[in-house]
Amino acid sequence: MIVVLCWFGTASFAGAADPPLSPTNIFAPASTPANTIFGLSVFVLAVTATIFVVVFSLLAYAVVRFRKRTDDDGREPPQVYGSNQVELAWTVIPVLIVVALFMATARVIGSVQKAAQPSNAIEVIAIGHQFWWEYRYPALHVVTANELHVPVSDPEHPTPTFIRLLSADTDHSFWVPRLNGKTDLIPNHPNSMWIDPHETGLYLGQCAQYCGTQHAKMLLRVYVQTRDEFDRWIQEQGQPAHLSDTASEGQHIFETTACINCHAVAGTVADGRFGPDLSHLMSRDTIAAGAVPNTAENLRRWIRNPDAIKPGSRMPAMELSDRELDAVTAYLTTLR
Amino acid sequence: MSANVMTMPQRERTWELPSRGHVAMFALIVAESAIFVIFVVAYLFYLGKSLTGPTPKQVLEAPIFYSICLLSSSITIHLAVKALRAGDIRTFRAWWFGTIALGAAFLYGTAHEWHRLIYKDGLTISTNLFGTTYYSLVGLHGFHVIVGLICLSTVMAFALLGDVQQQHTYRVDVLSLYWHFVDVVWVVVFTVVYIIGR
Amino acid sequence: MSTDSIALPGSYEASRPLVDRLHEWVTTVDHKRLGILYILFALFFLVVGGIEATIMRIQLIRPQNDFVSPEVFNRMFTMHGTTMIFFVAMPLVFGFANYLVPLMIGARDMAFPRLNAFSFWLSAFGGLLLYFSLVGANGLYGAGNAPDVGWFAYAPLTAQTFSRGHSTDFWTLAVLVSGFGSIGTAINILTTILCLRCPGMKLGKMPLLAWLNLVMAGLVLLAIGPLTAAQIMLSLDRYLGAHFFDTQAGGSAVIWMHFFWIFGHPEVYILVIPAFAVVSEIIPVFSRKAMFGYPIMVAATVAIGFLSMAVWAHHMFTVGMSSNANTFFVLSTMAIGVPTGIKIFNWLATMWGGKIHFQAPMLFCIAFLFQFLIAGLTGIMLSAAPFDWQLGNSYFVVAHFHYVIVGGILFALFGAFYYWFPKMTGRMYDETVGKLHFWLFVIGFHLTFDFMHVPGLLGMPRRIYTYEPGRGWDTWNLIVTIGVFFQGLSILIFVGNLLWSRVKGKHSGSDPWDAWTLEWTTSSPPPAYNFATIPTVKSRRPLWDLKHPEDPDWKYE
Repeated sequence: MIVVLCWFGTASFAGAADPPLSPTNIFAPASTPANTIFGLSVFVLAVTATIFVVVFSLLAYAVVRFRKRTDDDGREPPQVYGSNQVELAWTVIPVLIVVALFMATARVIGSVQKAAQPSNAIEVIAIGHQFWWEYRYPALHVVTANELHVPVSDPEHPTPTFIRLLSADTDHSFWVPRLNGKTDLIPNHPNSMWIDPHETGLYLGQCAQYCGTQHAKMLLRVYVQTRDEFDRWIQEQGQPAHLSDTASEGQHIFETTACINCHAVAGTVADGRFGPDLSHLMSRDTIAAGAVPNTAENLRRWIRNPDAIKPGSRMPAMELSDRELDAVTAYLTTLR
Repeated sequence: MSANVMTMPQRERTWELPSRGHVAMFALIVAESAIFVIFVVAYLFYLGKSLTGPTPKQVLEAPIFYSICLLSSSITIHLAVKALRAGDIRTFRAWWFGTIALGAAFLYGTAHEWHRLIYKDGLTISTNLFGTTYYSLVGLHGFHVIVGLICLSTVMAFALLGDVQQQHTYRVDVLSLYWHFVDVVWVVVFTVVYIIGR
Repeated sequence: MSTDSIALPGSYEASRPLVDRLHEWVTTVDHKRLGILYILFALFFLVVGGIEATIMRIQLIRPQNDFVSPEVFNRMFTMHGTTMIFFVAMPLVFGFANYLVPLMIGARDMAFPRLNAFSFWLSAFGGLLLYFSLVGANGLYGAGNAPDVGWFAYAPLTAQTFSRGHSTDFWTLAVLVSGFGSIGTAINILTTILCLRCPGMKLGKMPLLAWLNLVMAGLVLLAIGPLTAAQIMLSLDRYLGAHFFDTQAGGSAVIWMHFFWIFGHPEVYILVIPAFAVVSEIIPVFSRKAMFGYPIMVAATVAIGFLSMAVWAHHMFTVGMSSNANTFFVLSTMAIGVPTGIKIFNWLATMWGGKIHFQAPMLFCIAFLFQFLIAGLTGIMLSAAPFDWQLGNSYFVVAHFHYVIVGGILFALFGAFYYWFPKMTGRMYDETVGKLHFWLFVIGFHLTFDFMHVPGLLGMPRRIYTYEPGRGWDTWNLIVTIGVFFQGLSILIFVGNLLWSRVKGKHSGSDPWDAWTLEWTTSSPPPAYNFATIPTVKSRRPLWDLKHPEDPDWKYE
């Protein structure tokens, strides 16, 4: 098992951009808190590996050396009842190890949990729902869902993103391993965490606290962009939804069926907050919190019967006819 | 090998160990205390956190008289056991009955207080956090009083039939330990609810 | 299994009708029979829990599998966890304690035999109640059926809003009822050990098994109460509109976690300390040496008992506690590693310089030592809170605690099965088949649980019914699932060995292992009254003194 650990540990050091073993490898940190945790974990692994080698060897030696031989004379070996010196030795040494481990750990807790929020930090409020993620950028007047965009952070001049974690229903947990450890989203118990990704790219994760039937498909996608790309994205997300003449039938169905009770489309009458904001739905790569790619076909499948893609999701099947489905899908695909 | 038992050397010195009944009752008290501690912790944690509704200050009146009844019943039960140990069955019966009466009075007081809280002050277990923690903590204690009274009444019935004699002191004493525990819990609950909590 | 008296062939005893013999078992208050009932009950649920695990592992064998629906999967992990902890591990622990403690302290039975029986049947009823949820419970939207809230049932998922119907209530009530049974048994064990020891057996002369079960009983008394309280609170929330965990009314979801883990952490020590107990009896006998450092072993266990009440929030490092709180629980959790490590060293020292016999009981105990070492070390990793922020709630944690419970506790208890099987039945099990069970189980265990650490390190959370391809988790999950079949096969072989040996095994006699504690002085199986005369002892190994009158233990203790 140790061999396995060493092997993939070294493999993950190489190639930080897309680690060969996994896009969610905790040993491939791409952000300061993840890095700090990684440093501590290497220390802890080194200490525990040493203890393992020492004790394992002693055990293995004892089992081999002191086995009953076939030519045994049947006499009992010398009875040794104890030894105060030995007991003292193997009490003091573990205590010292604990002190060392504890001090290293306490320092990292402080540096990650008590990091001060700089004035140039991007502020995001993440609200966990069954089974999707709501993201708000209060200072930037953006509300979106399921795909979080943040600017890349230069270690010399950091621009971290500080995320406030809330929940609309049960407990959830935000875990993007390459960016930070996980922090839970608990109703009536606001939490916060921060990330400062050093490289652009897409970082994956998923909900890590069992929250109900579709806990497994509450996926996380964090898009780390250059500052310019991020600012552009913010600008686009802040616009009201595109109006389109060709999709007016679909928009009419959308607004007269119960859709608007749950969903919002900025600049129209739809302002429901129970489900994801759809104003810029087509700017996302996936739907249903990462469950399937965002194509017209998948959209149509989803609206027809969400349970076909994500059984137990909170969106009911709206019993639309094929024509209505086509129209609504056509409307939604205009929401860039 | 046959069913031979290897005999061990016999000893003459006396070998004294604690009595089963007392040890078991202490163990039960420890377990029950663990349950009460959690309800007390919940009560203290939620003090001042109710979003609505009546507050402790607004509606709670310390039940001093009924608490004195309950705490006195510890004295009466102690006297009852003492009398039984001395072989005085009649005195035992009198003090035992007094204990039950005082315990029943306490329960009546609780019922009276709850009636007022529910119907006059509008405080129920579902009103707010205060209602939730108050009724569950005081109710849990009251439940233990009821169980105690049932046990005490059973002994009373046997006593009236003449079946409780001096040789039963040990068992009655173990039962009285439970009753003392119920009283100690009330001291804690009273302090937390009517003194600290207000 | 054991009978009230030694059955002579062709006697009245052997020819009594089945109904009478069953009635005897159902109404027994004999600690030996109740112990066996607990163990049989646990073995049955071990198989049931194993089936639940197998279903989950088949579902997870490849990404986006559809062997079972998410609803079924979520019920499986809830039932698997609840069953294994409350209806396998606890009964096994209580079963062995019941059988062995009175015998090893020279008593005729437990302090309260009828309470003993009542406690067993309460626990049994709890198990029945939990599984009745599969057929009973028709709540709203037909959402009855087995509970699916996870074995630690976090709020507010358990509120009426999110868990309709009665499935959660089956969980609550089944565990609540069996909790009362556990308290009854703990009171019994504690009282028996403190009040029924035979003359000369001062507390410092008790077998380590007795000491460790005493600590376990104390922990049960302290730990079950918080769970009971939390479950009462949950039921009040669900049915009387209380707001204990109602976050809309200002209630706290976190306080459920505190209350649950104040129970939950000592609970795992309640399970592991009796495993330590049996290992502490088996290793000396099969190394032919006295236990090294008996007083330290007692002190370390008592320290573990106390410390275990102070570490619970290491299950909550990701919940958002203050850095001070996190730091405190890091310290307490790392601290508890010290006495635990001391115990491993003492077992090692017991083997050192001895003459190790490799029969099945010892094989399982040796595996225990290696595996518990690893489990403890992954525990140290998890105790470093920031590391836990990555590892927590992932398959790394699942691998860690299965390493403790299966690799540690279950292996030790298999050792106990083989060691005391001759005493309980009067017959030897088949040694070759026992070794086959051992090796198959070792292979299966390591295939499953060694490799299970890896998906955790690669970001796979727990309690997910399926996963995306392209996360790098596929191969590891496949290997993990394959190991399950080795384990299942080995359990079948184990059960077969027990059944066959019960009937056909060689007669064992009263002391087949040349051991040193009091249970080996009486016949196999023991008579109902345990001992013809209550023994008087002078040392921790009364039989050693008798067998070695020139060099008795009491000269050195």
